[in-house]
Amino acid sequence: MSDVTMEVTDDASATRIDPGESLPPLGTVGLLRWLWKQLTSMRTALILLFLLAVASIPGTVLPQRGINPIKVNQYLADNPTVGPILDRLGFFDVFGSPWFSAVYLLLFISLIGCVIPRVRVHWRAMMAPPPAAPRNLQRMSFATDFVGDQSPREVLDVAQKSLRGWRIRRDGDVSISAERGYLRETGNLVFHLALIVVLIGIAIGGMFGWKGNVIVREGSGFSDSLTQYDAWGGGRLVHPEDLPPFSFTLSKFTVDFERGVAQRGAPRVFQADVTYRTSSGGAAQPARIEVNEPLAIDGVKVFLVGHGYAPHVIVRDRTGNVVFDDSVVFLPQDGNFTSTGVIKLPDASPSLGFNGVFLPTAAVDRVRGPHSLFPAPDDPALFLGAFKGDLGMDAGTPQSVYRLDTKNMTRIGLEPLRIGQEWTLPDGSGSVAFVGLERWASFQIAYDPGKEIALVAVGLAILGLLFSLLIRRRRIWVKVLPAQGAGSLIQIAGLAKADPGRLPDEITALARALGCTDDTTRQRPVDLKENA
Amino acid sequence: MNSVQLAQASNGAIYAAMITLAIAMVAFAVSFASGRRRVAAPAAAPAAVDSVGGGTALLTRADDEPSTLQPGRRSANIGMSLTWLAFGLLLAGVVLRGVWAGRVPWGNMYEFSITAAVAVLAVFLGMSTRRDLRWLGLFVVIAVELTLGLAVTVLYTEAAQLVPALKSYWLLIHVSAAIICSGAFTIAAATAGLSILRIRAERKAGDAQVTGWLARVPSGEKLELMTQRIIAFTFPLWTFAVVAGAIWAENAWGRYWGWDPKETWAFITWVVFAAYLHARSTQGWRGTRASLIVLAGWLAFMINYFGVNFLASSLHSYAGVS
Repeated sequence: MSDVTMEVTDDASATRIDPGESLPPLGTVGLLRWLWKQLTSMRTALILLFLLAVASIPGTVLPQRGINPIKVNQYLADNPTVGPILDRLGFFDVFGSPWFSAVYLLLFISLIGCVIPRVRVHWRAMMAPPPAAPRNLQRMSFATDFVGDQSPREVLDVAQKSLRGWRIRRDGDVSISAERGYLRETGNLVFHLALIVVLIGIAIGGMFGWKGNVIVREGSGFSDSLTQYDAWGGGRLVHPEDLPPFSFTLSKFTVDFERGVAQRGAPRVFQADVTYRTSSGGAAQPARIEVNEPLAIDGVKVFLVGHGYAPHVIVRDRTGNVVFDDSVVFLPQDGNFTSTGVIKLPDASPSLGFNGVFLPTAAVDRVRGPHSLFPAPDDPALFLGAFKGDLGMDAGTPQSVYRLDTKNMTRIGLEPLRIGQEWTLPDGSGSVAFVGLERWASFQIAYDPGKEIALVAVGLAILGLLFSLLIRRRRIWVKVLPAQGAGSLIQIAGLAKADPGRLPDEITALARALGCTDDTTRQRPVDLKENA
Repeated sequence: MNSVQLAQASNGAIYAAMITLAIAMVAFAVSFASGRRRVAAPAAAPAAVDSVGGGTALLTRADDEPSTLQPGRRSANIGMSLTWLAFGLLLAGVVLRGVWAGRVPWGNMYEFSITAAVAVLAVFLGMSTRRDLRWLGLFVVIAVELTLGLAVTVLYTEAAQLVPALKSYWLLIHVSAAIICSGAFTIAAATAGLSILRIRAERKAGDAQVTGWLARVPSGEKLELMTQRIIAFTFPLWTFAVVAGAIWAENAWGRYWGWDPKETWAFITWVVFAAYLHARSTQGWRGTRASLIVLAGWLAFMINYFGVNFLASSLHSYAGVS
């Protein structure tokens, strides 16, 4: 289809004007209109799409604060010149950076500016009958003509019947215009509008949603209030004091690892058995949380995201008084759960601190030092480094509970402990015993009121996409003139934009229905009179 | 069969498929080579004969051109038959792998790759039942052979159970959709690449016939239309694969989108193919430019598969390769 233009707004290009041919007119209004035209043009949309793709790439190459803040700090330390510049430009938070937001917001404005007018145009097209048959059907991309035995009226009646499912316009006994595939544009519009709704869903989640992380030891509990979380983040419109009042206790955590040769040490089972209450006075109910199977309480979901070990340690001071008796959360550092943790006892006298490495299956070698060979506690050992002196906790600066600041402390010694062993500190400041082992599980607790909106919208978007990509809008015209003698001269033509799809078959089928055989077409070239 | 026998049978079927494909590759290559010797004359018979003599019947579909008497046709046919055989062998290899592991065979990159190889062949052979695609065979077979070669050498892992994160029916939905997309995107990249070469050759030839091996592939315009159709079918499926992944992520990790490297590259792939579809409907961006976008989209897809699994620390690192 080279020389025939189709005025159907088949897709975006029809209303997206190709800019560039007209110079900006003078005046503010004119300039604004010109800018708007540029922004909503297909070329701009394309460029913005490419920008969006390119702008995403740094987010996968550079460490991101939202995913791994430790790695970001590591990067900043390793690259003291480039790092801070990248940081200021937002490269460690690409998807929240002003430039990334600018690209997608412009894209959505462009989309709205393009789609809204098309809704109007499409609505009108759906209400109106197809346009009348053009004068010269032979110029269409598909055309045929032949002589039939029936009268023009009969021919058009048959054509009208065969074109079931098509929107039909009949002009007397002269011609029929038929069009179908309106759902293509409908689908296209639904897809684009649904994308806007997806964005709204995401925005609602961002404003009203929240999520937090918490580590819970076996036998311990958690209740949903801000102070209980290890980390918590919420949208601007969330009232942290109004978190739903549920609570749960981790009664048992089960974990199992692959012991075969293939993928040895890979996790096989994670199960957190909990009892939960929806409110502080409510009845306790048992539940099991697994990976892929979160617990839902009042629209809030509790996900199992990690686990580790908590060695139980008892510390006595020089007089033999117990100053610490609890399990300590150690954080895993590798796939075999070589874990690290600290114990801080600022109130003991002298103040004590322990740096610990826990190994579920212990091994020591010269290169790697103490490390674990397998993630299950087959041969657990706890390596403790003891320090005394100022823990630096009074300085007012917040400290991580997983790091010991030994700057102003004196090293007492280092000792490996098995379960049941006790180590008397060599300087006489007390003793420490490794008495048992517990597990902990970490949970992500999240509330996102926008996700259902986004899900429904995305479903609509896929549906719209299917219609818009797989349905083809096309037209067929039938023109009939009385033949000299009896019967009629029949012309059939069809037009589709870009990809004709099955249109040729449909025209052939219609021609057959109207009495055309291949022979008639070949043998009797029709002498067409110009239609007046 | 016990587990050792199953393992041997699965691996044996994969190796047999690779040998079969190697022979198929030779057969397809021979068909191209014999095309080069005597090319121009029979290659392009005038299409719409019907329109001469005042008649106006233009209903001929000059679609599947390589007209009947082309040289090298026999070896191309042998190539097609061998490709069917290799497909059967591969499919058996993948199924046996699943039986061996006692689960769907999508637990690590070796398994993803052999299934993707099946998907590429399935898309190619499926399409070939409706049109003559012998000219595409060589390129498809090379792609599949490379994938399998990488799978059996670098990616190979013994079958084992799934990690808990993968134990979900979403594995079936999300991964199968993504694997089918990998097959279709690869075929589309092949036709897009060919269309670029063919259009260049057409331009160089001017009014004359295209000579050389490119004479044996369809016209640039047809290749582009084919590419567009494949992408039009695959894009909604890819959208679905990404959305299914998001639903699964919400269920497993507590958020449906977290800009994890895998998610981000899936998004980049999606955006690039969306750009392609828009480009096709804008005059100035059709042709070679649009085909380049398809290649870029395919590249993004491949970066996501290989790059992210090996290089990035991603929640999706299920390579299982140590």
